[in-house]
Amino acid sequence: MTAAAILEIRDISKSFGAIKALTGVGFTLRRGEIHALCGENGAGKSTLMNIIAGIVQPDEGTIRLEGKDVTIASPSAAQRLGIGLVHQEIALCQDATVAENILMAAINNRRAPLMNFRRLNSDAQKIMNLLAPIPVDTPVADLSISNQQLVEIAKALALECRVLMLDEPTAALTETEARRLFAIVRDLKARGISIVYISHRMAEIFNLCDRVTVFRDGRYVATDLIASVTPSDVVRKMVGREITQLYPQKLSPERRTDRPVLSVADLAYREGCDGVSFALRAGEILGIGGLIGAGRSEMVQTVCGLRPKLSGSVELNGEPVSIRTYSDAVRAGLVYLSEDRKASGLFLDLSVASNISALDLRKLTTPLGLLDRRAEARQATDLVERHGVRMGGIEAQVSTLSGGNQQKVAIARLLSVGPKVVILDEPTRGVDVGAKVDIHRLLRDLADRGVGVIVISSELPELIGLSDRVLVIHEGAVVGELGADELTEEAIMLLASGVRRQSSNARQAQNVA
Amino acid sequence: MDAEIKASAPGLGRRNGLRLGSMREAGLIAIMLALCIAMTFASPHFLTWGNFRAMLMSFSIEGIVVVGMTILLIVGGIDLSVGSVVCFSMVVSGALFLMGLDPWTASLIGIGASALVGAAMGFFVTVIGLNHFITSLAAMVIVRGLCLVITKGTPLSLFTLPPGFKAIGQGSFGNVPYVIVIFVVVVAIFDFLLRRATAFRKVFYTGSNEKAAQFSGIKTKQVKFWVTVLCSTLAGFAGVIYMSRFGAATPTFGAGMELNIIAAAVIGGASLNGGSGTIFGAILGMALLSVVTSSLILLDVSVYWQDMIKGCILLAAVSIDHFLHSRKS
Repeated sequence: MTAAAILEIRDISKSFGAIKALTGVGFTLRRGEIHALCGENGAGKSTLMNIIAGIVQPDEGTIRLEGKDVTIASPSAAQRLGIGLVHQEIALCQDATVAENILMAAINNRRAPLMNFRRLNSDAQKIMNLLAPIPVDTPVADLSISNQQLVEIAKALALECRVLMLDEPTAALTETEARRLFAIVRDLKARGISIVYISHRMAEIFNLCDRVTVFRDGRYVATDLIASVTPSDVVRKMVGREITQLYPQKLSPERRTDRPVLSVADLAYREGCDGVSFALRAGEILGIGGLIGAGRSEMVQTVCGLRPKLSGSVELNGEPVSIRTYSDAVRAGLVYLSEDRKASGLFLDLSVASNISALDLRKLTTPLGLLDRRAEARQATDLVERHGVRMGGIEAQVSTLSGGNQQKVAIARLLSVGPKVVILDEPTRGVDVGAKVDIHRLLRDLADRGVGVIVISSELPELIGLSDRVLVIHEGAVVGELGADELTEEAIMLLASGVRRQSSNARQAQNVA
Repeated sequence: MDAEIKASAPGLGRRNGLRLGSMREAGLIAIMLALCIAMTFASPHFLTWGNFRAMLMSFSIEGIVVVGMTILLIVGGIDLSVGSVVCFSMVVSGALFLMGLDPWTASLIGIGASALVGAAMGFFVTVIGLNHFITSLAAMVIVRGLCLVITKGTPLSLFTLPPGFKAIGQGSFGNVPYVIVIFVVVVAIFDFLLRRATAFRKVFYTGSNEKAAQFSGIKTKQVKFWVTVLCSTLAGFAGVIYMSRFGAATPTFGAGMELNIIAAAVIGGASLNGGSGTIFGAILGMALLSVVTSSLILLDVSVYWQDMIKGCILLAAVSIDHFLHSRKS
């Protein structure tokens, strides 16, 4: 077994201040395998990747590459050793072209004093074409998030590495792009490259990888052949407890009603697209599916007054409401959770309590116009306890929380105003399995209490597992509606990719039924 | 699929970057041309070599400082101390000359001292971890104080400077002053380097996304340090030319210069967030401010109005830019 090992990690420990990120972990990567690394957020996967990529130095432990002890002092040292890492978060120079980003390491090592852009572009285009025909002389800022993710991957491919580490590479990709990535990863494997693959999506891991190693709380738990374990085994090892049911019970047929909580009629939100109409019924979780860029976020943001609407009307509990700004929406009881919690969801530098208060400060303001700190603390403590946020206290900075707990804080903020309808955009993106289950339960609980819940998700298993009904958006239009019994990945993809389209009559019929 | 790539491949290089950048530059040229045409009708003195030479002279030396500032803005920094450093270089060189040193050696030491100021700021920014704004604000005050200490608060009279040295600032090739020649050469060199040199690409990457640059192995702290030194060195170089031109070193010279220089670079397209900017654009920004000043003088507008109008131009330029960018995305 050691004979075939390309990378051996032994007894690596790393602390950041008082937090022990890794405790004596080991990990062995064999030549030419795809090795999944699993664990909840905060389990230490990314720290280990950063150590192997030379970004972070371990406190103790050894790294052996092809049988030789190595010290990886910097990212360029890692590159020289043939180790490449695709970061979970996109780290590209937005002002530079795709080509420059792909070959940045080569530019850095370049001896020639002048740039040769022609050569740079043709070299970069060859690498980019392996993934997608993105013109490499485009500035990265002009690309969609999923294309930027592809550029990140191309950047790692450019290093011609022996060991390639992919940290949640599919988080921002559509299903089609993800499939293309899998084909490339398999191709790299066939060429003898050893791959570490981090993902929260069990389907991907079981479809792609040869072995799986699980970390929990900064410690090594187990390594298994994929063929000899089941997804629930892996999940159990990750969370250290039995998760009997990944998704909460759906709305039972007898409790189903036709009473709409929210109805949207002829809402036009995109120049040149017809208006969309849909209703959210009491007690249900309505899923919205579609490819990235199809208009899902735009549509719900328009409903919430975050974008100007071209025409159309919105009713809450049968009463027409006029929503011109987001604060109109909040006052009416309609709240929205952004898909990008770091950029537009949370104030990372502020405390948990301040973050929760942000949506409605008026309620916490004394008659003198000052902030009532005690009321703020009471509200925060109450919501945080109810939703099981794990943290150092309500005064802890949100940036110190794990992704899942940050997301719970973001949701607690929405609930602080007692909403009638909550709309959540990718509520579990980058969230670990345990927190994901908690969030799903929380959403189901809200729906049971009569709050309308709309969930946008790019992750099909989530959309299917959680929703009572799914609307599918394609190029700005609602192209189909699927009831709980019709929900399959295939049915959603056929609609989302524009292959199939339900006639509006059929939809109407379903609405009535 | 291949055809699609090929179709977009010709005209390689920074296709979109260039398009956006040159759009900005073309816009500035258009505004300036319009202003010049209007002024030609408004004042008979405007369209004369004398007036153009005066305008060029007025921004040539500052233009050298703008070059350094633009590169520093691209790396994501800013330098409020340039006005003080220009003065510092003048005062150090002037004082050394008065102590008996030959003016060329004295100037080199003056420029070296300016580079040291840059190195000190670079140290505080990259090693201690302060930001450019605060560090250079402190340097601005400290260096100005040094100028006052060295000169004891009174201007140094340098009329004894040898004619060979005075020629830098005062002489000319026929009709073209040396100052303008020096300016054009400095601008041409740095504009070329910034567009083509490998080392300067790292400046863009560092300013655009420092993390991404680090992950590619770029030593971003070194990049920031050297750009900070470069900016101060160019300011020191400009100070020496001023000394030659004026034959004096005034301890209060250059106060407020930094604002004009930052304004010019920003009008010319440099982003305060780093990652973008061109030397050519910044010089156009400088030229626009100069044409406006000259026009206001020729039109007999009270000097009290001039700063206000310049400020409005800065605001307008930045607003238009912001608008164009938000339209694009």
